[in-house]
Amino acid sequence: MNASLVVVIAVLFGTGTYLLLQRTLTRIVLGVGLLGNGVNVLILATSSRAGDVPLVGRDDTTDSVPQALILTAIVIGFAITAFLLALAWRNWTIDGDDAVEDDVEDRRVAKARQRVVTDVPDHEDVTP
Amino acid sequence: MLVLVLLHAVVAAVVLSATRLRGTVAAALGIAVFAATAVTAALQGIGSDVPATQSWDWVPDLGLQLTTRLDGFAVVMVLLVSVIGAIVLAYSASYFEPGPTRVRFTGLFIAFAGAMTGLVAAADLFTMFVFWELTSVCSFLLIGLNDRSASARNAALRALLVTGAGGLCLLAAVILLQVAVGTTDLAELGSRSPAGAMVTTAAVLALTGAFTKSAQFPFHFWLPGAMAAPTPVSAYLHSATMVKAGIVLMARLAPVFGDLAVWRWLVVVCGGTTMVLGGLRAMRQTDAKLLLAHSTVSQLGFLTILVGLGIPGATYAGVAHLVAHAVFKAGLFLGVGAIDHATGTRDIRRFSGLGREMPQLAVMMGLAAASMAGVIPLLGFATKEKALVALLDADAGAATVVALVAVIGGSVLSTAYSMRLMRGLFATDHRVIDPEHVHHAPGGWLVVPVGLFTVASLLGGLLADAVGGWLQAPARSLDGVEHSSLHLWPGLNLALGISLAIVAVGAVIGWRVPDEVAASPVRVSGEQIFQRLFDGLLTGSKRITVVTQSGSLLAYLAVVMAIVAGVLVAAIVTDPLAGFDELTWSDGWMQLVVAAFAVVFAAAVIAVRERFVAALLIGGVGFACAVLFALYGAPDLALTQILVETLTIVVFLLVLRQMPRGFDAPPAWAPRVVRVVISAGVGITVAAFAVMVSAARTAPSVGETYAELSLPEAGGKNIVNVILVDFRGFDTLGEITVLGTAALGVTNLVRMARRRRRTASDAATAAAVAEAELS
Repeated sequence: MNASLVVVIAVLFGTGTYLLLQRTLTRIVLGVGLLGNGVNVLILATSSRAGDVPLVGRDDTTDSVPQALILTAIVIGFAITAFLLALAWRNWTIDGDDAVEDDVEDRRVAKARQRVVTDVPDHEDVTP
Repeated sequence: MLVLVLLHAVVAAVVLSATRLRGTVAAALGIAVFAATAVTAALQGIGSDVPATQSWDWVPDLGLQLTTRLDGFAVVMVLLVSVIGAIVLAYSASYFEPGPTRVRFTGLFIAFAGAMTGLVAAADLFTMFVFWELTSVCSFLLIGLNDRSASARNAALRALLVTGAGGLCLLAAVILLQVAVGTTDLAELGSRSPAGAMVTTAAVLALTGAFTKSAQFPFHFWLPGAMAAPTPVSAYLHSATMVKAGIVLMARLAPVFGDLAVWRWLVVVCGGTTMVLGGLRAMRQTDAKLLLAHSTVSQLGFLTILVGLGIPGATYAGVAHLVAHAVFKAGLFLGVGAIDHATGTRDIRRFSGLGREMPQLAVMMGLAAASMAGVIPLLGFATKEKALVALLDADAGAATVVALVAVIGGSVLSTAYSMRLMRGLFATDHRVIDPEHVHHAPGGWLVVPVGLFTVASLLGGLLADAVGGWLQAPARSLDGVEHSSLHLWPGLNLALGISLAIVAVGAVIGWRVPDEVAASPVRVSGEQIFQRLFDGLLTGSKRITVVTQSGSLLAYLAVVMAIVAGVLVAAIVTDPLAGFDELTWSDGWMQLVVAAFAVVFAAAVIAVRERFVAALLIGGVGFACAVLFALYGAPDLALTQILVETLTIVVFLLVLRQMPRGFDAPPAWAPRVVRVVISAGVGITVAAFAVMVSAARTAPSVGETYAELSLPEAGGKNIVNVILVDFRGFDTLGEITVLGTAALGVTNLVRMARRRRRTASDAATAAAVAEAELS
């Protein structure tokens, strides 16, 4: 493990998380991108030491399995970025901005103070 | 028996679905089923030494089957359920106005009787549990029969919640016993004499279930509330049958668990408390039906003590009193229902001289109440006498002393509230101004059933020796011990003295206690406590919802990320400095420089306020990472990353071209400090975790296997490529599917947005044209 990569990981995760906690959807997309890069570096750096290219016949190579995983992750990360950007754009065409709104329904539930079961309205109280 | 239970279900379904059926036809159908059940039970069960067993494989793979066994006790219970059911059903035909409610009642009533028949005949605990739950559901529907009344609905819900919770306890007990003992068959359980902590837990859980069903303290409160049901329902479910389910369960299990101290004390303390408390509550009631309901609670406490103790004499007395109680209580309930029907009220303060107006009913109910009070020569006297003898003879230590005290106290109250009920209903009381009178005389079908029950109580008492003889086999089927019979005249002994004293004291109390004192309001009731718990549960869960479900995506994300950091911290503190000794500065100056670029770009992304710049910077981070990959020995990654980063930048530019240049700053959802702390926490803990993990490998990588197999198996030298397209080809297929799905999503989002914009601009054009034409 080397310290320079550890610092890269720390910074990518820190900045990625910070951007994730914003209201602007575009910045959230950027945050996801940074986090994705951070995860890839993390997997590569923790799996094995730096070494030769994993080809048959070479000695002292790096581990091939995490590379296969990361390759998949890079491609899927691109798909996610594209999809989120499309969402941001659509949000902007509707609202004129790309801010993440709060769920209005949840807010309403939080504000509601009425009882749930005990105060069911009575139709017609007939004694048996 | 299973066939007959099924027959109940079929008839009930027919009656419930054929709403146009005449009420009398429905009732006749029900009575026919009850009669068939009673006759079958009597033919199969009485006189045969080997109980008729029937079983049906439900889920053979799991070993689940429904089994019934008609031993002596089951026969008695089935007869009670069927005969009382038939009589009450006949009564209900006159009680209800013709209409859909009556048909619905009949259908549910038959269904309930079927479930109850299955329950009392069940040969193993699992079968019993299934029917147990069915009785809970049926009784919920029956209590809430008058579904337009809020109090009836609430009472039904309360009964369902309490008995349902008890059902869950019973299920847990069944599972524990199956695991610990290997069987839930009642006869097998007894022969294996199980022991251990798990078995004790199961016993307590089963007892809890029985307590909820049989309305034992502290679960007693649902039963008086269930009096919101029509009188036939109350008479059948809440005196004669459903509440006996718990007694049946205790009677079945007491021979197995009766020696456990915790079982014995629970039975004595809860049963005793219930008996006395129910009696005291009954003394306070002015509604005759509620008075009877509380007296049922009290009598159930008595029965719990008797059958729950598992002492031979007490078990026998319990079985006998169970029969006696079912008979006199059903009669009393139906009698009160007849009075209610005739006068329009059940308030015992509103009657004066009703005894002269309805002399037959007065005599009949008087005899039934005398049986409840334990007056010689009725059945109730004989059974209580037997109980006293059994408790006096028992040598089970302090528990039986407590039981005896509770039984004597409760019996005094029994006599007192019986007296109070009779005096209130029928006596002439000159203080009552404008008493209620009989508006229309009750029809024969409202009076005859009361008479039947009264005759049963009277004959049962007069022929106590014979009846007691018949009840010996049922009690023996529970605990396998021979019992001495009931007696009408037990001879002069201590028990008789106590019995006479109880009746005398109780009668005086019942006659003397003025209504005003008795009817003072109760300070604390189980009902209120339950309601408060219930409300608290609802508001509490709502508060949790409000806190956890704020509706803000960002708050959710913050929680997720904070938990990521927290979990990692928990992992790191196990070995804080692992891996740090292997830490080097870098693998070369090139790596150091590129890493520095990556850090600077990433830091710049959060600082800039313009979309374009941010997009370019993140591209820079991506390219820096690509170089890091290449330097690390992963050229495939580097190539892919460069391709993807290029594409990403293109997509960003395509989208951002149309959006505003800068980020506007919408109101932040949380202070910057919080966001910074969470972000820094995540970054630092992930980095520390990375150091720790890199030193944690204990087994060689599977990559070595792939390296060996790559050339011979797949014919490729580039191991990463071979893994992707060959060894893990299906994973790559999944990856392609994800890409395709995302592409579809993007396409649709873009097209929808375009269409919307076009229609908006079309509308604007149309409006402009219209305006031009107008002007």
